[in-house]
Amino acid sequence: MNIDLSRRSFLRLAGAGVAATSLGAMGFGEAEAAEAAHVRAFKLTTTTETRNTCPYCSVACGIIMYSEGDVKAGETAEIMHIEGDADHPTNRGTLCPKGAALKDFVKAPTRLTRPRYRAAGATEFQDITWDQALDKIARAMKDDRDANLVQTNEDGVAVNRWTTTGFLAASATTNETAWLTYKAVRSTGIVGFDNQARV
Amino acid sequence: MSGTAPQPTTAAANPPVQPMEAGFGTRDLVRVSATADLPAPDRQLTKLAKLIDVSKCIGCKACQSACVEWNDTTPEIGENVGVYENPHDLTPDMFTLMRFSEWENPATNELEWLIRKDGCMHCEDPGCLKACPAPGAIVQYSNGIVDFIHDNCIGCGYCVTGCPFDIPRISKTDHKSYKCTLCSDRVAVGQGPACAKACPTKAITFGTKDDMLALADDRIEDLKSRGYDNAGVYDPEGVGGTHVIYVLHHADKPGIYSDLPENPRISPIVEGWKGVTKTAGMAAMGVAAAGALLMGLFSRGNKVEAEEEVAAERLVRDREDI
Repeated sequence: MNIDLSRRSFLRLAGAGVAATSLGAMGFGEAEAAEAAHVRAFKLTTTTETRNTCPYCSVACGIIMYSEGDVKAGETAEIMHIEGDADHPTNRGTLCPKGAALKDFVKAPTRLTRPRYRAAGATEFQDITWDQALDKIARAMKDDRDANLVQTNEDGVAVNRWTTTGFLAASATTNETAWLTYKAVRSTGIVGFDNQARV
Repeated sequence: MSGTAPQPTTAAANPPVQPMEAGFGTRDLVRVSATADLPAPDRQLTKLAKLIDVSKCIGCKACQSACVEWNDTTPEIGENVGVYENPHDLTPDMFTLMRFSEWENPATNELEWLIRKDGCMHCEDPGCLKACPAPGAIVQYSNGIVDFIHDNCIGCGYCVTGCPFDIPRISKTDHKSYKCTLCSDRVAVGQGPACAKACPTKAITFGTKDDMLALADDRIEDLKSRGYDNAGVYDPEGVGGTHVIYVLHHADKPGIYSDLPENPRISPIVEGWKGVTKTAGMAAMGVAAAGALLMGLFSRGNKVEAEEEVAAERLVRDREDI
């Protein structure tokens, strides 16, 4: 930087510097602060609260999902925060590290959002419809049950065991859903049946 | 607006979604970095505190998850190098960190796994604020919260030197300093910090400092009845007490909890530089300015006298004659 400075203007500048420093030293420093102190604006203001159950484990903690965007006004609602529900008797607002990070689970790019199918021997998954997926599952279950259902034991007593297929159900279900799941699965003879919520 | 937010007393509550006026703000500032003569606030807020009961912590890191989710920081996915700390240190994107240490108790010959939630202690006498040269970059409110105002931060790193607990971290992207805010935005609407709400064992609790000290006393009594004779509270005097306090089962040896300082104090260099040295420097500058002023007033510029003109003309004439 090259400044053409005469002796006079150098003295003027020096004088201004001394004056500014003195003002600062005498306590007019606040004038320098560019931004007044502030706390971050509360990000949940005017968001929509939706109660739900954490999908991870059998504890089934209560959560509140906060979303932006009014669906009724034709907008898309977007979840922007999830935290524990302090009014829920199970967890009283607390969450485990997985539950506390639920927003990232919802928004994960690797999250499975539709049925996919990998044909035997293929290396890639392909998207299929729910109808196709359920048909495939029903077909596979029927074939396996027809081949492997044990109807009687060695003593000739009827047992109707189907031990070659297992069944896993979800945790975030109501008692009614859990009861129906239990009845449907056990009626086929499936023995290996488990659920996060221990239906 | 539905009125002013109440002052928080617990973290176990659901946040409001209706707009309301913040429960504290600029009018409650008690200290502002590089700003002398701050007018005293016209009210004193109840002192708040977060109590971390190390003996109840299971090291699950729910506090870290909740902190990241609330503050919208997204720490990079790290690499597992065989230790429990994740990430390996506090970062500008990770305001709190579970630190794990294995300690062999010489009295019992048993291995103890000590887990401590590290993060800003919100000192009553904050070293970061004292060291900070940027006006308004670090502020302290009368409820005890020490907050960084990033718009005013110049990223010099003096707060890192000033902090007795080695907490602030400077971002390599925006060159500003970051640390735990005690969720000042949640406290402003009557809520507690996100970590304290999430903690599944209630090892982290939040409330008024008096309530937290009373709770700590209960816990210490319980720990003593279970054979931890040295159980105690960590609320170090050297920094005027803190607004994040610990219950330690071995309060006589804070160092075993991943180097928690025995007696934290603001570095004498920071105290000296911002104290005596600053005053002396200001005095020297004042003397110099006064001297320059006196010089300007009493010693005017040189004038050319009439006889000097004559002598000079004679000299020139003499030269021309040669």
